[in-house]
Amino acid sequence: MLLQTHGLTANYGQFRALFGVDIAVAAGECVAIIGANGAGKSTLMRAITGVIRNEPAMVLHRGEPIGALSSAEVMKRGIAMVPEGRRLFPSLSVEENLLIGGQVRKAPGPWNLEAIYELFPILRERRRNPGTALSGGQQQMVAIGRALMSNPELLLCDEISLGLAPVVIRDIYAALPKIRAGGAAIVVVEQDIGKALAVADRVYCMMEGRVTLTAKAADVSRQQIHTAYFGEAA
Amino acid sequence: MIWLDTLVQGILLGGLYALFAAGLSLVFGIMRLVNLAHGDLIVFAAYLVLMGVTLLGLSPWIAALVAMPLMFGLGWLLQTVVLNRVLGKDILPPLLVTFGLSVALQNGLLEAFSADSRRIPAGSLEGASLDLGLVTVGVMPLLTFASAIVVIVALNGLFYHTALGRAFRATSDDAVTAGLMGIEPKRIFAMATGIAMVVVTIAALYLGMRSNFDPSIGPARLIYAFEAVIIGGLGSLWGTLAGGVIIGVAQTFGAAVNPEWQILAGHIAFLVVMLLKPRGLFPRAVD
Amino acid sequence: MYRLTTRTRAGTATAIAVLVLVIAGMALPAFASRGVIQDLFFILTMLTLAQIWNLLAGYGGLVSVGQQAFVGIGAYAMFAGVILLGWNPVWAIPLGGLAALLLAIPTAYFAFRLQGAYFAIGTWVIAEVTRLLVAQWKTLGGGTGTSLPREATSNILGTDLIRALFSVREAAARDILAYWLALVLVVAVTGGIYWLLRSRLGLALSAVRDNVEAARSVGVDAGRIKWAVFLIAAAATGLTGALIFMQTARISPDAAFAVTDWTAYVIFIVVIGGIGTIEGPILGVLVFFVLRSALADYGSWYLMTLGLIAIAVMLFAPKGLWGLISARSGLHLFPVRRKLVGLKIEGGI
Ligand SMILES: Nc1ncnc2c1ncn2[C@@H]1O[C@H](COP(=O)(O)OP(=O)(O)OP(=O)(O)O)[C@@H](O)[C@H]1O
Ligand SMILES: [Mg+2]
Repeated sequence: MLLQTHGLTANYGQFRALFGVDIAVAAGECVAIIGANGAGKSTLMRAITGVIRNEPAMVLHRGEPIGALSSAEVMKRGIAMVPEGRRLFPSLSVEENLLIGGQVRKAPGPWNLEAIYELFPILRERRRNPGTALSGGQQQMVAIGRALMSNPELLLCDEISLGLAPVVIRDIYAALPKIRAGGAAIVVVEQDIGKALAVADRVYCMMEGRVTLTAKAADVSRQQIHTAYFGEAA
Repeated sequence: MIWLDTLVQGILLGGLYALFAAGLSLVFGIMRLVNLAHGDLIVFAAYLVLMGVTLLGLSPWIAALVAMPLMFGLGWLLQTVVLNRVLGKDILPPLLVTFGLSVALQNGLLEAFSADSRRIPAGSLEGASLDLGLVTVGVMPLLTFASAIVVIVALNGLFYHTALGRAFRATSDDAVTAGLMGIEPKRIFAMATGIAMVVVTIAALYLGMRSNFDPSIGPARLIYAFEAVIIGGLGSLWGTLAGGVIIGVAQTFGAAVNPEWQILAGHIAFLVVMLLKPRGLFPRAVD
Repeated sequence: MYRLTTRTRAGTATAIAVLVLVIAGMALPAFASRGVIQDLFFILTMLTLAQIWNLLAGYGGLVSVGQQAFVGIGAYAMFAGVILLGWNPVWAIPLGGLAALLLAIPTAYFAFRLQGAYFAIGTWVIAEVTRLLVAQWKTLGGGTGTSLPREATSNILGTDLIRALFSVREAAARDILAYWLALVLVVAVTGGIYWLLRSRLGLALSAVRDNVEAARSVGVDAGRIKWAVFLIAAAATGLTGALIFMQTARISPDAAFAVTDWTAYVIFIVVIGGIGTIEGPILGVLVFFVLRSALADYGSWYLMTLGLIAIAVMLFAPKGLWGLISARSGLHLFPVRRKLVGLKIEGGI
């Protein structure tokens, strides 16, 4: 397995946000994680990437415990994240925002500045602008490009459609198959179930800090998802 | 003509203050840390250079070159061992730690070097001056000012045109997201403090060659540096130079009226700028 | 019925102990030597300054490094009252508090424009400016300073009575008077802070320190509260400064505006004892005094040690010695934390 979590828990101070989450992602796979507001999806991403630290064995990368590593160390192992809310660096230009993604870890692979500009041509035009001067959709493209620059084995995307117009979402989702084709496994965190199921091989549904459904994307029924999302059957 | 002379002297003095301030500005810009021991670290570096000159017989310039890596290492260690552990949302712990460091350093120097005032011998440069027609300026103040400009150009180059500078800016913007880029914020902070200490060494060299120093003068240098940074606007190195020049000019004019008013005039210039422009002359857009 | 209370058994015991201590302290000059009285005066005045700084920084989040401005201006105002106006030194002490209060207004106006750490150095600049300006005041000795005139020191209010009471000489009588005033001042300041923290203002203050935005959203005006705390602290610091220099009867700008004596020591006392508690400064001043006595012969080693201890405390015990003690024992001699009485909280906090 490329990535696995084992009984992963996470706290914000006294508040427990994850109660023993088990998920697994195989190399090259695309996994969707869905769930309502506050289900703990972003917390799961933070716990995997070391923003929230844990017991070492709660997160395994190729079987090795990484739960206690810092986010920089996790990233250097090839796990890159597109964080919720994009979080571009305001004092860096678009191009610098991209460059910094591949500055520390630069594995061999398909992604470099040129390839990102191919993927999102608008960024080439705006490359001298400050990252935060762009529209929401363009910022999201920068955030994805930034994460790709290190040629990660696993790309974690936290709500990349949040707050964007449908046409823009379509453009951004169109990039995911190309990213997979480049060899990376992808985890997409989504509230938009339709979008998630369209790209993913498998889906996990979360509710109140627990995984409530694990299924193949092709097989899952609306009813199953509804139950996993809201608890009791509708 | 005397006024023109005073003005030029003041501007050149501002170069020295900008050198004092550049390291402070750098560290504040990257990690929002105000190092209350900054002035004492300058004095410490001045003694280090002095030792190189008196004990090893080096020229001051070579002694400063030797001192730079030592000071870098000291800054790196200080950040790694002490300051990184107290940085956080609460500003009180780093302030108190650097305040403790300031007092410890001052008294350590006092114990090691006594309260006698010392000077780094600068040889023939000491009294040398240059006749520019309208005014005559000392070679040493001129060199100081030129060094300040070189330091600022170099720091700006580092900041805006290197990968390290990019990491500095990213970490300053958002340390958590910088971590997701594989950057260890704590290591970046250690680098920044190390570099600030290299600048401190340059400041110390001129401080020690231009005037007498003793272990107690650090806090006053910290205040001048701080005033220059605030006047210039946080995060702008050229603004810091402008701030230094304003303090320098105010001081020389104050001194020209009454020698007792030199320091006071500098502080008052600072207060006036603060009242008119609370965010400094060149505030950064994003903050 | 539930009620919110800060009363604890330890708190009641403390109240009784304090009362006994104050009465004993008042009677002490009958038995103690002049040296002891002078040491106690030093301890009490440092404790007063430490409690005030703790109110500012520990409770108000206002890290001032410029409190020497208020010590100095208070002391100089007292001297001015005596020398220029011919007042009795005791009556001139309140003048010190008033002068500090007045100085605090422009200081706050200016320093509150600076955020966080820059506030600290801003207050320091103001203190420097005040020192330099006072050094220009030639009638009070300019840069070299001056002494209280003999006629003033020889008939300070109450010293005749003390001389008769304890059959001591004039200088010793002045020390006893200063000691008594210091005792009154420290009790008033500590009691005042304690009362303040338990009042609604104290609640607002901790809300402001912890989160200005949140405090504003529940209707606490952070700006007004900071102003109030800063002005109160300045006035109390000015009174203390005036008292300190009434006892020494000699003043100079360097001594009255010394950042080491009136701010560095004070900060170390609070940090070592435990910031953000009333017990901390009390413990801190005792540690400080013991260290000072033990290391008195080692000159600058002493200050260096103090600085290093402060660093170590911040690194390894950020709540200071009292923090360690109360974490172990759960003891709170001056309870200011509110607890709900009568309600049992399941899975408690
Ligand atoms: N920084 C934080 N401090 C305290 N609690 C937090 C923090 N971040 C999230 N939480 C809480 O943790 C729980 C899970 O939040 P999380 O952000 O992981 O949810 P999410 O599934 O990503 O929701 P959304 O769809 O809104 O992004 C929520 O109850 C949230 O209120
Ligand atoms: Mg989320």
